[in-house]
Amino acid sequence: MPDIAIDAPGTSQLFMGNEAIARGALEAGIGFATAYPGTPSSEILGSLAPVAKKMGIYAEWSVNEIVATEAAAGASLAGVRAITAMKQLGVNVASDFLSILVMSGLGKGGLVLVSCDDPGAISSDNEEDARNLAKSLGMPLLEPGNFQEAKDMTKWLFDLSEEIDSICMLRSVTRIAHSRGNVKLGELPQKEHKAYFDQIHDLRDVKPTKFMPHPVPSHHAALLKKLEKARERFESSPFNWYVGPDKADLLIITCGSCWFYSRDVVKELKLEDRVGILKLGTLWPLPEKFVEKHLNKSQKILFVEEVDPFLERSVMEMAASLPPDSPRPTFYGKRSGHLNAYGEMDQDVLIKVIASMTGLTYQPRDIEYAKKAEELAKNYVPERSIAFCPGCPHRATFWSIKNTLKLDGRNGFVVGDIGCYGLALRPTGFYQSRSHYCMGSGTGVANGLGKLGQHGFNQPVLAVCGDSTFYHAVIPALINGVHNQSNFILIILDNGGTAMTGFQPHPGSELNAMGEPAKFISMEDLCRSMGAHVEICDPFDLKNTTATLLEMMAKDEGAKVVVMRRQCELIRGRKEKPPYKVHVDPDECIGEACGCDRLCTRVFHCPGLIWDKESGKSRIDEVICTGCGVCADICPQGAIVKEAA
Amino acid sequence: MTEKILTKDPLNLIITGVGGQGNVMISLTVGSALVREGYVVTVGETYGVSQRGGPVMSHVRISKETQYSPLILEGQADIVLGMEPVETLRMLGKYGNPNVITMFNPRPIYSVDVIGGEAEYPDLDKLIKTIKELSAKTWVVNATEEAEKMGKPIVANTILIGALVGSGFLPLDRKSMEPVLRERFPKAFELNMKAFDRGMELIGQ
Repeated sequence: MPDIAIDAPGTSQLFMGNEAIARGALEAGIGFATAYPGTPSSEILGSLAPVAKKMGIYAEWSVNEIVATEAAAGASLAGVRAITAMKQLGVNVASDFLSILVMSGLGKGGLVLVSCDDPGAISSDNEEDARNLAKSLGMPLLEPGNFQEAKDMTKWLFDLSEEIDSICMLRSVTRIAHSRGNVKLGELPQKEHKAYFDQIHDLRDVKPTKFMPHPVPSHHAALLKKLEKARERFESSPFNWYVGPDKADLLIITCGSCWFYSRDVVKELKLEDRVGILKLGTLWPLPEKFVEKHLNKSQKILFVEEVDPFLERSVMEMAASLPPDSPRPTFYGKRSGHLNAYGEMDQDVLIKVIASMTGLTYQPRDIEYAKKAEELAKNYVPERSIAFCPGCPHRATFWSIKNTLKLDGRNGFVVGDIGCYGLALRPTGFYQSRSHYCMGSGTGVANGLGKLGQHGFNQPVLAVCGDSTFYHAVIPALINGVHNQSNFILIILDNGGTAMTGFQPHPGSELNAMGEPAKFISMEDLCRSMGAHVEICDPFDLKNTTATLLEMMAKDEGAKVVVMRRQCELIRGRKEKPPYKVHVDPDECIGEACGCDRLCTRVFHCPGLIWDKESGKSRIDEVICTGCGVCADICPQGAIVKEAA
Repeated sequence: MTEKILTKDPLNLIITGVGGQGNVMISLTVGSALVREGYVVTVGETYGVSQRGGPVMSHVRISKETQYSPLILEGQADIVLGMEPVETLRMLGKYGNPNVITMFNPRPIYSVDVIGGEAEYPDLDKLIKTIKELSAKTWVVNATEEAEKMGKPIVANTILIGALVGSGFLPLDRKSMEPVLRERFPKAFELNMKAFDRGMELIGQ
């Protein structure tokens, strides 16, 4: 990944949107950065942490988003500029604190929160539009429309935050956050941070009182004034612009990656002389005078944005309060049904809508070719479902869970959680996971299920969570379960890092984000200190894992814990050679004649195995196989052979 | 060596394969080299849970003038670089057109659906024929096979970069790739340069 701290002002670099945001924070002279990993936001802290020492800043993967935000606010209190980053779901976690922070004001250090939203939920469990949270909580909101703006806006937001004494939010979406483009670098400040919380001078003579929300109404009134001040700044912001004719057949009002799509589509349809685009970067509070100036550009206005009709509502609300002789354009967008208020936007959708609104017909490619290409692709392209990686410990864990539940015979089930192991909803995890909500919810839901005995419930309940999720959100749920003696087993899938998002460390890691030694918090000691019975298994030891799970399920009521400990194969494989050399003995594998009915491929489904149709036998794909050897232990015929490598 | 020119603006390149193969490495390496050469480059990617064995693609858009969006319109790929044959065809199905240039690694990676027997992997010869039928020009680059000969299957990706640059359809040459590969592979630069050269050879440069 590129070095975001490169001291080369004026040069152009290929940066991911997230790296551009991180660079903007460096150019603003931050001294403190926190985050909890979550796609598509992880590369913000991910690119700051490796350069933290060099740049004299502190960078932390916090235990969760609310602590990340609180810690960053702590830096602000002592006069140090701080940034905190998360995905849209994380803003929900942080929102309790944010709802008060907006009223109590900051210290002397500017504070910026970045939310990377995931329209279409490519890597999320919702496609929430965090712009609504900025508005409902009361944070001035900007959204970059390209990579350069991602950097420049971040830098500028620190100035705004200090000027109005309030946390500000930068909202980015997947196609900016996770795409790459040219970013022209600015200067890196040579600045020494002097952190000091000045209790005498900062706290006296400030009305309303700082660092607390009381009395609430006067703090709330002060917040509204701050937001008005932000709106004034937004009116003349260089992040808002109009391109197009003075009188247009259609005016598009857009922001974020939808600016890109709108511009590309107008260009593709050669509508530059007929369609205007008003691109907004400062979204809330809406720069009403600036927008009003452009409302007379066209009789027809189309809003293009992801995901909710946020600008659409704001502009319509503003238009409703304009004097009677003001222009009255017709508004099109999600409300009119021209675009969807769900899913990700792309040009293929937009070009059809704009072509139809401007009376054009659009043909993406030669009709005959399209017909042929689509048909051939349909005939020759098989499904490619996502799956656990070859050698993934989770595959082995869910294999044992599946077999244990079957052996136990009481219709036990797994309440899932999010992380790589969320794939246990699919064939790769043998469909073992039965529910899937937010981080930590598996254990929370198990709390309720495990207390239903008086209503006749007697099915065993297994809650699963990952190691990072355990520290993030499961601990309170487990405490609740132990205290109230709820009957469930928590299975912690400890693979040694936050695997889904790129192996970020967590409180159970021995190194922190900056690679320095950190205090390791043992999950088993923590669970035992609550009074929970804890067992530790190696998921690759199928026999012992199954026996342990069976034994735990037979035990008395109360919350119990099994830690499945085995490092993520993607980490292990980088440092070590495969433990086994695995091959299929073609004399032993009796293929279709075996009663197993291709257990290794049909059910176990490891990508490292191939069912060779011609020979009617299994074989190993040596490029893919990581040599974990688990398949050798499930083959009833003993045909899969593992030899120490 | 052909002269380094941008034959179309924007030039739309799609790099495709299976999650975990190294799609991002290729797009980032090629993209960085293009930015060094003064181009405006946008790279859009699929990622996330797709890393876990699903189809992945990078859209690389190259211009002299402006920053294009990170997604290519249906039917508008100029070049498709495939790390896997079925994924190459999947891309042509949506982004192909009568002028598309295709180069791909014919080494199949079976999906879990194929492994499990719920889906069928097409006959490889038929698959290659179909890809050729949908492309104006096709190169079959035996990158995995060559990489295995070099003792490191992972350098298949660098072989593909060599083939892509060697085709002459990008405004890049060996000289523009060398510093980028050196930066990306500080410990295995020699090996990767060798793989890059092998890729160029395979495509006839």
